[in-house]
Amino acid sequence: MGTVVTTIGHPHYKSRRLLVVQPLALEGDAAEDDDFIALDNTQAGIGDTVLVLREGTGARQVLQNPQGCVISVIVGIVDTVNLETT
Amino acid sequence: MLLGVVKGTAVCTIKYPGTEGLKFLVVQPVNKKLESVGLLQIAVDTVDAGYGDLCVMVRSREASLALHEPKAVPLDLALVGVVDQYQIRPNSEFNLVMKRGSNSYT
Repeated sequence: MGTVVTTIGHPHYKSRRLLVVQPLALEGDAAEDDDFIALDNTQAGIGDTVLVLREGTGARQVLQNPQGCVISVIVGIVDTVNLETT
Repeated sequence: MLLGVVKGTAVCTIKYPGTEGLKFLVVQPVNKKLESVGLLQIAVDTVDAGYGDLCVMVRSREASLALHEPKAVPLDLALVGVVDQYQIRPNSEFNLVMKRGSNSYT
């Protein structure tokens, strides 16, 4: 939904974009205030629906940085989501 | 990771061994609309943030990994970036609700 530019930042974050991500809500659920910041790993842009990994160990594997202080990483751009109508 | 605004500093002469020399800042977590969310918290500073700075923060174990020489100290919030530009689009521009059936996004 938005971009965050930090010139003074942690070395693990350099040369990667920080994006504001808002989790999607299910039909009929109240919208929650649970947006967060994620590190871009797939050249996602504003308006893209993305798949986000929100766990440190997995994020470190994705970024190949065993000491990386990163939790949320964008790991995919979603084309379609099919929800069963049960 | 989340945004936070620095509200002050916390100086602790007596503290957990191994955390000497670490600067603790009082931060107010904020959401994307920069509205305060929850209570004030203490974060360790690794990017020399000052009062009133909007910063990117990281929680849990990664906070202790953000230190210059990561060591096993009890930290659960660290500042990892000082925000210079922040651009956010309004909710109205996005389809934030997943409907039953097929939702195509491209």
